[in-house]
Amino acid sequence: MSLTETLSNRELLWNLTLRELRTRYRRSVLGWAWSMINPLATMVIFTIVFSQVFRAPEPIGEPSGLEAFPLYLLCGLLPWNFFSVSVGASMGAMAANAGLVKKVWFPREVLVVSTTLSLVVSLGIELGVLSVALIIAGNMVIPWLLPLAAVVALLVVFTIGMALIFSALNVFYRDVGYLWTVLAQAWFYLTPIVYPIEIVPEWLRRIVSAQPMGGFVVAFHNILYDLRWPSAGRWVHLVVCAGVALALGQWVFARMSPRFAEEL
Amino acid sequence: MGQPAVVVDDLWKRFRIFHERNAYLKAAVLRGRRARFEEFWALRGVSLEVQHGEVVGIIGENGSGKSTLLKCLSRILRPERGRVEVNGRLSALLELGAGFHPELSGRENVFLNAAILGVPRKEIERRFDEIVAFAGLEQFIDMPVKNYSSGMYVRLGFAVAINVDPEVMIIDEVLAVGDASFQRKCMDKFAQLRESGRTLVIVTHDLGSVRSLCDRAYWLRYGVLEDQGSPDEVSSHYAEQALGSAEAGVNEARWGSGELRISQVELLDGRGQPFSSVRTGDDITVRITYEARVPIETPVFGVTLVHASGVAVASPTTRDVGLVPPLVHGGGALEVTFPAVPLLPGPYELSVAATDFTLHHEYDHRSHVARFDVTPGDAGDERGLITLRPTWKLR
Repeated sequence: MSLTETLSNRELLWNLTLRELRTRYRRSVLGWAWSMINPLATMVIFTIVFSQVFRAPEPIGEPSGLEAFPLYLLCGLLPWNFFSVSVGASMGAMAANAGLVKKVWFPREVLVVSTTLSLVVSLGIELGVLSVALIIAGNMVIPWLLPLAAVVALLVVFTIGMALIFSALNVFYRDVGYLWTVLAQAWFYLTPIVYPIEIVPEWLRRIVSAQPMGGFVVAFHNILYDLRWPSAGRWVHLVVCAGVALALGQWVFARMSPRFAEEL
Repeated sequence: MGQPAVVVDDLWKRFRIFHERNAYLKAAVLRGRRARFEEFWALRGVSLEVQHGEVVGIIGENGSGKSTLLKCLSRILRPERGRVEVNGRLSALLELGAGFHPELSGRENVFLNAAILGVPRKEIERRFDEIVAFAGLEQFIDMPVKNYSSGMYVRLGFAVAINVDPEVMIIDEVLAVGDASFQRKCMDKFAQLRESGRTLVIVTHDLGSVRSLCDRAYWLRYGVLEDQGSPDEVSSHYAEQALGSAEAGVNEARWGSGELRISQVELLDGRGQPFSSVRTGDDITVRITYEARVPIETPVFGVTLVHASGVAVASPTTRDVGLVPPLVHGGGALEVTFPAVPLLPGPYELSVAATDFTLHHEYDHRSHVARFDVTPGDAGDERGLITLRPTWKLR
């Protein structure tokens, strides 16, 4: 399997991830602060739009009792951003490393996995800052970091699978990149990030909660905002989503990657 | 010995050339398939074998499929048919500094590049100083490579690649990098690798390095193996073919203002007879017949002897020896004799030109106007272009 080959290339994976991390914010004055500024800016905008303009009801954490729209928003926004940016960046990584792919052989999956892993680091930092904010707001999240890590791990697996599919297809059909932008936008609003899932009409709620990213965001809300364990059904749901995405991603990628050097 | 280091068995590789180079989804959706394309077979049934410790050269013109072959060997391209087997750790040197990131320092890039080439970190740590010294970049190694000159960049890339220490190494025309002293260093390193029993597969245009470095050579033409054998034989066949196409008018060229025209160029041996091949040490005379349609003051004639590899061996003119007639008008002829030519065996060709005294204005220039072969003669040595008639002494 190609994923085992990727794992046997740990050094390459590590080096490429490091390259991403070292160069991401080079030559920017604020550097890594951008990793936090982006979601914070989005938070401010969405908070004004949704909780002030549209007067969306303030979601109440159950059993935590927390009532803070900005924090609720960040709990969903951070994992979503990680997911959508990873898929987009993986498609970009293929094109950016075309010269490398044409001249050197290595398992091509490494490019996708290293891109995603470098973004896991950003996600980790962002979740760390969010946890501090939650603690200040009265949510004692420290005992919940373990299940949080488990959900993050499943999200990473799911993201790698999706990134493999989209980046492989994008090498052959450049439309996929544009399609993704549209798809990601629709998907974002189909995920309970800017609204509490409770206000969604019954028929739509099923879709919102059953689609993979909806499932992940609900789990993040459960753990960070409500301070309760996601249901057993939810765990099964996430494990299945992650497993299917990874298997499908590997299959698509393995079929298409031998011809990357010709197509790029 | 046992297994060969590299086995290529009946390799076929096809490329698709798309008419509309937009691999758009539209085509797949609307036509039920992707855009229309033409097929082009870059490799057609190539088979070869390289034994452990052998240095093998692959020569051929541009577009002959050499690079495609190397890319199939290094797994970058997947062949349509046939088998590639490499026994031993392989390193393909198709690009120097693969994956270098301009914002990273030379040091960081060394580790990155090595990881891409598949070298364990421990090994690179052990060899790090050696690599930096080889590249001659001790003072610059912590500087971002975007500040490097292109020469420094290539040197660092080469230094990493050459220190990868593979069992089988594949090299694509990167022999000629950097300045002369660095090139010499590279050639020394190749010779050293060769002596240490490393297997090398080299693709190159440079017949000289094929002859001096390789044990065996393959000649690839239009995706088919045209010839194989000793580097001397194969490279002369290749050079002959290159000259053959010159005879057919591919390489031959003529230009000039035309007031004076070179009507005939003859090659004569020591007895004044025309020849097509001479031996090292024979005399050669070139007779040039010209026709000046208008009076021409102080014309200068020159001949250039060119080895098939493109190296000009000598380019004497009548001005060098002060043989400049004050005025010519009408027909005339002149001869130049090269006594006991020190040329070593190989194909050569001749260009002849008539110019004004400054050599800048050309009346008639006939490039590649004649060709001849030199066969082994009185010289004992056989490598290089010419013999310096050495005398050896034990002291």
